[in-house]
Amino acid sequence: MTLIALLRETARAMVGMPSYDAYRRHMAERHPDHEPMDEIAFFRDRQQARYGGKGGGRCC
Amino acid sequence: MTTKDRIGWSALALLGATALGVVATVRGESVNALWIVTAALCTYLIAYRFYAKFIATRVLGIDPSRPTPAVRRADGLDYVATDRRVLFGHHFAAIAGAGPLVGPVLAAQMGYLPGVLWILVGVVLAGAVQDFCILFVSMRRDGRSLGELVRAEMGQVAGTVALVGAFAIMVIILAVLALIVVRALAESPWGLFTVAATIPLALLMGCYTRWLRPGRIGEVSVLGIVGLLAAIVLGGQVAQSSLAPWFTLTPVQLCFGLIAYGAVAALLPVWLLLAPRDYLSTFLKIGAIVALALGIAIMAPPLRMPALTQFTNGGGPVWAGTLFPFLFITIACGAVSGFHALIASGTTPKLIASEGDAPFIGYGAMLAESFVAIMALVGASILDPGLYFAMNSPAAVVGTSPESAAAAVTAMGFPITPAALAQAARDVGEATVISRTGGAPTLAVAMAEIFSHVLGGSAMKAFWYHFAILFEALFILTAVDAGTRAGRFMLQDLLGLAVPRFREGVGWAPGLVATFLCVGAWGFFLYQGVTDPLGGVNTLWPLFGIANQMLAAVALVLATVVLFRMKRDRYAWVTAAPAAWLVLCTGTAGLQKVFHADPAIGFLAHAAKFSAAAAKGRVLAPAKSLADMHRVVLNDRIDAGLCALFLAVVATILVFGIRACLAARRVDRPTVSEIPALGEKTVAA
Repeated sequence: MTLIALLRETARAMVGMPSYDAYRRHMAERHPDHEPMDEIAFFRDRQQARYGGKGGGRCC
Repeated sequence: MTTKDRIGWSALALLGATALGVVATVRGESVNALWIVTAALCTYLIAYRFYAKFIATRVLGIDPSRPTPAVRRADGLDYVATDRRVLFGHHFAAIAGAGPLVGPVLAAQMGYLPGVLWILVGVVLAGAVQDFCILFVSMRRDGRSLGELVRAEMGQVAGTVALVGAFAIMVIILAVLALIVVRALAESPWGLFTVAATIPLALLMGCYTRWLRPGRIGEVSVLGIVGLLAAIVLGGQVAQSSLAPWFTLTPVQLCFGLIAYGAVAALLPVWLLLAPRDYLSTFLKIGAIVALALGIAIMAPPLRMPALTQFTNGGGPVWAGTLFPFLFITIACGAVSGFHALIASGTTPKLIASEGDAPFIGYGAMLAESFVAIMALVGASILDPGLYFAMNSPAAVVGTSPESAAAAVTAMGFPITPAALAQAARDVGEATVISRTGGAPTLAVAMAEIFSHVLGGSAMKAFWYHFAILFEALFILTAVDAGTRAGRFMLQDLLGLAVPRFREGVGWAPGLVATFLCVGAWGFFLYQGVTDPLGGVNTLWPLFGIANQMLAAVALVLATVVLFRMKRDRYAWVTAAPAAWLVLCTGTAGLQKVFHADPAIGFLAHAAKFSAAAAKGRVLAPAKSLADMHRVVLNDRIDAGLCALFLAVVATILVFGIRACLAARRVDRPTVSEIPALGEKTVAA
């Protein structure tokens, strides 16, 4: 990973946003028969998952 | 280990020991803050290299060949094998919040030395151990949450008790965080305008990421931060203008504002307000922490607070009680924080790519947080102690004018002139800095001192002060919003045990009821803190500390049970010793808060004093009427009840924990309930 990519990934991970590329790779490898979410749907899905309340949380 | 390694580590150990020696022994002349920083960094490196490795290989038996949940259950969404450096960032951002910044500032009333020692010893032997072990336990069990883990390893009752404890701690955390915001923003039009401006700013950002450019987090955050800086500059002008009265609110007005805000924010869609503000607060937080580290390194300020003050024996104005046990609950985050157990059993274990990464993430990120606490302590200690005590003492002790505060603080043995206090307020663009309790304003003054030294000179002090206030208030508000949502689900789970309808989440009514109950709970304690003549921090911070360390004790007891069930009894001291220490601290502190004869410490003694006076029809200051008197008594009794609840939680978990350990000892094979390694047969639990 280049330094820029690493920083970008880290910054996104800090606000709970996983890598879309990794998701696409996973879908292509394991579920080639399923249509993956597009980038916007993925973003919205992850946003809801992080902030929806369940499982979320951070320290004081 | 090669000879070269040996020499290197020995040199590092020597440097660390020298630095610690200087910090601990030099008296009479001022010590440079860099000695503390050096001592801390050497301690962290050595602890990570040796103790974390010992725990990983000998105690827990980390096995990098064993698939983690991210590998076994990979779904590209919740379970994703993540680069360890990226995951470190994720985990650190989740654990580092206001706690490590505020606790050490409050602890500085005893001098810097007790705080430094507890932060360093605590993190190495307790805090980082807890985070690492809970991460490990959860990682071996599909990333399950703390409540589920306690239930699985120690039984249904213990699991429910832990859930009740976790909810109570959430309520107290939210109340105390909101109180810090109230104390920082009350009667401060500049501060309030800046923080209020983040709401429309975040709404705009939310719409931007929803419709205009979905997913562009970096882009929108840069725009947002530009907007924030503009808001700080504008705030300075608003405070000078005829609009100022609109943004000059009393603590009580702010309190109700925050309660209303909490209820509304928790019900809005997450993309609109919560998510964008989380982007801002997270990046601002990381940026401010890095800038603070650089600033301290460049400025190399001398410490002006004495190593020890007379308040180690109790009687301090910032918080009541003696060094043991109260120092150990005042500094929670940064030394050991039970709240981290919720995060180490939250998203992180689902993202870890290899068991081999666990020490770096679990132990390492906590060391980083501890460093944040060290910096906060340094910040509080580079200020004139006279200013520190004038800012952190309740108005009931120092009054509200520079003259009364200077006289009171000088009488404590920290000489300062009224002119110096007035000048300090002018420097940061505030009407007054007297009795701005809660830690955040003190840290903001220190950050303004450090940042303006590096960038902008004294003309920029007011800007940096409000920047620091904004950065603290921003992530506290994010925590209030996110915490209310999390608390709402915890409450729904708990109520669901009695009324199943609550858990199923049919319709909107259960969610709404649980949200209002949650806001009402922390709002109650917030109001109590705001109207408390001693400033509230005095009462609420110890309650928060007890609750947080109680949860840490629960987590460490759980880790101990797991070690026994893994048949690693001979290493159980690694978690049992810090657990015992925390039980001792929270137990002593809890009992003293309930039963201590001194009304300044014991809730019941305080209640008795006020109810006796009320029975004679007398009104004791700070109450202004008999109704006030009765409210004080009621508050005391509720606080005592809450404290007793925390004690009961610790005691219950301890009993169940010891039972589970004894049961595990009676069996001659491991009885853990972890997901088996590939090719390994399931061991009956």
